Parts: sequence; C-alpha cells; structure tokens
Amino acid sequence: MNKVGIIACGITPFTKNDQKIETILLNSSKNLFLDNPKIEKDDIDAVLISTNNNSKYLSPILSEMIGIQPKIAHTIESLCNSGTNSIVSAYSYIASGLADMVLITGAERYDSPGQILEWDNSRGEFKHPVFWASIFSKSYKREHQVSEEELALVSVKNHMQAKENPNALSNKTYTVEEVMNSKKLTDDLRLLDCSRPCTGGASIVLASEQITKKTTDTPVWITGIGQKTTSASFTKNMSLNSMESTEIAGKNALKMANKNITDIDVAEIHDAFSVCEPMALESLNFSKQGKGIDMIKDLYTTNNFKINPRGGLIGCGHPLGATGIAQTIEITQQLQLNAGKRQVDNVKTGLVHNMSAAATSSTVLVLEK
Amino acid sequence: MSFEAELTKGIFSIPECKSCNKAVWPPAEFCNNCFGSVNLKKGEFEGKIIEFSKQNNEYFCLVEFEKNIRVLAKILKIPEIDKKVKISKCGISNGGYFFQVS
Repeated sequence: MNKVGIIACGITPFTKNDQKIETILLNSSKNLFLDNPKIEKDDIDAVLISTNNNSKYLSPILSEMIGIQPKIAHTIESLCNSGTNSIVSAYSYIASGLADMVLITGAERYDSPGQILEWDNSRGEFKHPVFWASIFSKSYKREHQVSEEELALVSVKNHMQAKENPNALSNKTYTVEEVMNSKKLTDDLRLLDCSRPCTGGASIVLASEQITKKTTDTPVWITGIGQKTTSASFTKNMSLNSMESTEIAGKNALKMANKNITDIDVAEIHDAFSVCEPMALESLNFSKQGKGIDMIKDLYTTNNFKINPRGGLIGCGHPLGATGIAQTIEITQQLQLNAGKRQVDNVKTGLVHNMSAAATSSTVLVLEK
Repeated sequence: MSFEAELTKGIFSIPECKSCNKAVWPPAEFCNNCFGSVNLKKGEFEGKIIEFSKQNNEYFCLVEFEKNIRVLAKILKIPEIDKKVKISKCGISNGGYFFQVS
C-alpha cells in the first residue's frame, strides 16, 4: 500500500448559527485553501463529503463551488463517525493508487437528522441518545462504584480545555457543582454531561507520500486504521459499561501502526456524553477496566491536555459529520506542534477515536509525525 | 402475519427463523443468520430487567427476553435489576414501537 499523509486542514467555528449546509461546506473548504496556498485545487482527484444532512449531491455541489472537476465525488454517512469513515475511504483511494490527493469536508447543521436513529425500534419510544447514555451511565456507575460527581469531572475537564480552542462552541468553564446542578435530563444525566449538536465544518486533504513530501515540511502520516461495527441497534450491546467496537478497532489500529497504547502521546476521544470518555479510555486500554475516571482525575489535577485537548465533543460541540475530521485536525496540529495553548509536550504519536450510535460502530486512527 | 401487524394489535411476539430457530431481532423479514423466513412465536414471555433509569417521574428500563432479545420499555413501578417482568402494553405510535412492562 502507498503511504498516506495529511497535508492541509481547514475548520470553521462551531456555533448555533442557522446556515445552509452548502455554506458550511464552502466556508470550511475555503479556509483550508486560503490557509494552505501550496495546495493546487486542480490536483484534487476526489472530493468526499461527510454529513448526515439530507441534501443531495453535495460533493459535486462543493466541487463546483470551489471550481474543481474531481474524478471521484460522493458523500459518506455513518452517523457520528462519518468523519473518520470518510478519512478511511480517502486513505483507501490513495493507498490503492486510485487517487493522489483527496479533499474531505465534513459539515453539519445544529438540527441534523443524524441525531436520532429512527430505524432502531428496539429502543421503543426512547430513541433519543440521552436514553442510551443514561443506561450506560447507570451501568458504569453501578459496575465500577463511580459517583455522579466523578463522572461530572469529564465535563469540567473538557470545558476547561475547550476554553483554549477558539473554534469551540463553549468558552465557559464549570465546576463539578455546576455540572451537577445543570438541568437534569434523566436521573443519570445532566445537560452539561452531554455534547451539544451544533453547526460547523472541518476539512482535510490527504495525499500520497510523494505529494505529501513535496507539499509540506511538517507531514503527518496515517499509520494505523481500525474499524469495527458490532450492530446498529443499541440493545445489541451486551456490555453496557464497555465498548466492544472501540476495543476491536483500537487493537487493529495499533497493530497496523505497530504501536502500543503506551506509545500514544495525545488522543481525541469520542465523549458524546461524560460516561463515554472513561468507557473509551478503558476499551482502548489507556487504563484498566473501571479506572478510566482515575486517569481523568489525574489529567485534570495536573492540567495535562493529553486526552481531548481541543475540549472533546462536550466542550467543542458535536456537528456530527464534521466531528471526526475536527478530531483528526486537532491531532495533526498537535503533531505539528501547532496547537497553541492546547499543545501537549513531546508529541510523536496521536490517536483519534470516533464512534456512532451507542458505540455500535467505532473508528480509530493512529497518526504519526 | 408480521411482527408489526401483531404489535399494532398490542401483541408482543418473538420473531424466529423457521430454518435455524435463531431469534431475529430487531424484527426483519428474513433471518440474519441463514436468510430463512421468519415465524412469530407467541406467548406471555418473561423477561428480566438489565438496567434502568428515570426521566421526570417515569422509569424506563432495558429488558432482556429469551434469546438475547432486548427492548427499552416503560415501567410504572420502581425497577429492580434482575426482576422478572412481562410486556403489559405495546404497540406502534407515530410510526415507532413502544413497550411497557410490569
């Protein structure tokens, strides 16, 4: 397989603005080209769109709006991990030799139809994600004797880190008490335990080894990819306090990159809800089962931004189709030592974890300098 | 007779494959193991509560019936883990399923 690098990134602020999906796509792509003048638009072989929006033919539309005629142009949708799935598709085009340079743009509106999986009738009338998140939270607390206050620390930490991210939806910090006193959505979930749907876009360009080396002095390579889908319905999750798809995807990504989890210096973790962060940390083997919260406490008290430096989904907001790409941009910037006040020290290898629908599907990427 | 046709009448049934006897859940027209056609097993199925939470004053719970069939259902009394329950009410409302156990 050909080696694949990341050569350019562009992102919009995450907001609650009412914008057309085409406008979000264009803004994000425009930012990428303006920030990276070495990228020749006409060299783009493929344009992949990541979104859950119901508008059609978005890739040809974006291509026309940015004035290019790519060989390959289509949309990829997989709920919340559409972004990294698009990156994997782009990687495959380049690794196979079908394309040398691919633009991936993710975009979503605050009212995305991807927030609820209508097909999953096994959830009965409880289809909104807050219900599976409540069941996960209750099960995790019960299994590992973790308190609500301890889980609230995830939100405290990630809002604090998002404050250093100019594109994040939130620029406020919160105490554990404030998280605990935020609106109670269920007995096991507060409003500040949740990532919020928002409007935003993120773009990235992947390229072959030859083009990557020619285009950038700070290449970042995708060296590991792992994906696993265990089901579509939430109720097929046999464990309610661990993530099987994440465990498998993580192992495969690390194996492909020939790395161990101890080699990972910085990671973006899919904290759709507070409980997801410790569950994912444990499933990826960053910590032992039930000890994810201890790791989070340690990171918070030492002001260590290793996990979710951009503020996670909870701090940044969650424009579904853009999230996985925004996570990958953050790790790229970290590896390029270009993350400003969020920069983690001595970063050589990073990881992206992006998942869908109560962890029924996960994608894990390993990125290296 | 389809699962949904029965559910519309307030009857909960367990769809299983005529060929390999595997439960087909969520309900579908064909078995996801062997693509065999599906039969509806009827009866008063007993399930157990796996997990639960509460929104406002209403409890909801994850209930497991035979062959790993799990549903999210409403429950009127305070739930207990592993407590045995049966479907007391079910149907289709606004295109979506609903279940209640007691």
